[in-house]
Amino acid sequence: MGRIAAGRRGRIEAPSQAVLALLDLAQGARAHHLWHLLAWQDIRRLYRRSVLGPFWLTVSMGALVGALGTLYGMLFEVESADYVPFLALGFIVWTLISGVITNGCNAFINAEGIIKQVGLPLSIHVYRLLWRHLIILFHNAAVFVVVAAAFAVWPGWTGLLALPGLLLLCLNGIWAGLLLGIVSARFRDVPPIMTGIVRICFFVTPIIWMPEFMPGRPLVLHVNPFFHLVEVVRAPLLGEVPELVSWIAVLIVTAAGWLVTLALFCRYRRRIAYWV
Amino acid sequence: MVSLQLESVTVDFPVYSPGARSLKKRLLHRGTGGRIAHGAAKGLRVRALEDVSLALEHGDRVGLVGPNGAGKTTLLRVLAGAYEPTRGRVERRGRTASLLNVSLGIDGEATGYENIMNRGLFLGLRPDQVRARMDEIAAFTELGDYLAMPVHTYSAGMRLRLAFAACTCFDPEILLMDEWLGLGDRAFVEKAKRRLEQFVDRAGILVLASQNTSLLQRVCSTGVILDKGRVKCFGSIDDVLRIYRENT
Repeated sequence: MGRIAAGRRGRIEAPSQAVLALLDLAQGARAHHLWHLLAWQDIRRLYRRSVLGPFWLTVSMGALVGALGTLYGMLFEVESADYVPFLALGFIVWTLISGVITNGCNAFINAEGIIKQVGLPLSIHVYRLLWRHLIILFHNAAVFVVVAAAFAVWPGWTGLLALPGLLLLCLNGIWAGLLLGIVSARFRDVPPIMTGIVRICFFVTPIIWMPEFMPGRPLVLHVNPFFHLVEVVRAPLLGEVPELVSWIAVLIVTAAGWLVTLALFCRYRRRIAYWV
Repeated sequence: MVSLQLESVTVDFPVYSPGARSLKKRLLHRGTGGRIAHGAAKGLRVRALEDVSLALEHGDRVGLVGPNGAGKTTLLRVLAGAYEPTRGRVERRGRTASLLNVSLGIDGEATGYENIMNRGLFLGLRPDQVRARMDEIAAFTELGDYLAMPVHTYSAGMRLRLAFAACTCFDPEILLMDEWLGLGDRAFVEKAKRRLEQFVDRAGILVLASQNTSLLQRVCSTGVILDKGRVKCFGSIDDVLRIYRENT
């Protein structure tokens, strides 16, 4: 028989907020069936009843690379064999980065229905986001394979360095999605602001232009964390070992980002359900 | 051991919208609804639950009644672990299934079978555990060949059948339900009631919010009246429903 539990305050021991936040991240990761499913659901929803389905991603990326590769290759007067693979990889990696940032803002806002109904770990919404954009990345990767074959690009063993690069990118994607998700749930002006910022970053980061166009590699290139984030995946696949400064910059961004995000997540995790 | 305990739980909603002030006025002039609290620094807040303490154990079947806006859904969300209270503590032991919303995790483009899988994963099961129960759930829905069709072709009642069957077939130990059984047709509601009774016999905890007093009387043993976010009355379901009827 149930009863009103009066006058027994302090009997239930609650774990600290830091422990709860870390548990959330760990339990969320363990619920991989769920975020795998949700991520695929997101992709299918975009391409429902279409013939090619998610391969439209590949087709549109291919068309973009083909068109810009031809036009800008002529504008910049560079060898297609150098420029087109560079452009393709830059676009593919940037699509991941910008997708995680702009959609990270809505990671929690769009999951309102789930967050308010069930006590699932909040981190599943961030894993779902990252997984969805990795699925998109793998669809787009086919474009690079075609380009690499067409221009006889073979990265050799160096290409394997792209794997730790991609792993670092994913680690950054998780904190970025979490951080932006929290801040955007509370301050609804953040998503449109981030969309604007990401657009600017696309143009100041060497994606459609090559770092070689800037002689002497000036400071403006090296203080841009996006340059290093793109470089640790792009350079190995073009057969070059990324510069040490890029690895260091990416590691610093990863550590700093996680520190700030964990502090924020510990503090505000329990408020997120009320904000969305 | 299955248990569900709340200790002086208070839930405040922050109100951030620019029109909050006029909302406050409107709420204050209505007889029902939550209380509006003013924090000097924190701005406007709506107090949805105030100092709610409950200790539920296995075999407890709680019927939750109260006027609109009394905090029933908020309380269910706290019990489900979706909301962590502003003050107070919650301790939940046991696999919990919350049926607060029929459309949770429903993908209209996917088939009925696929959506049963979705629900199961939302409840924290592994895909193989869901597959093992698939036939049983499919039989309970009585949807037959419709289960192979996309769910957007279903009526509201058919979706309810799907959601209810999926949630109750996985042997939850704690079952939380908001008012929505009303969508089903009579045959299904009867079947659902029988299933709830079976569930209760297995000695789980059931918390059911509803305005349907005959359903509550049949399924629940204990009653709780919530009013303006506080527990106004707690006792056997018959007493509680009598008091509730007298006061409304």
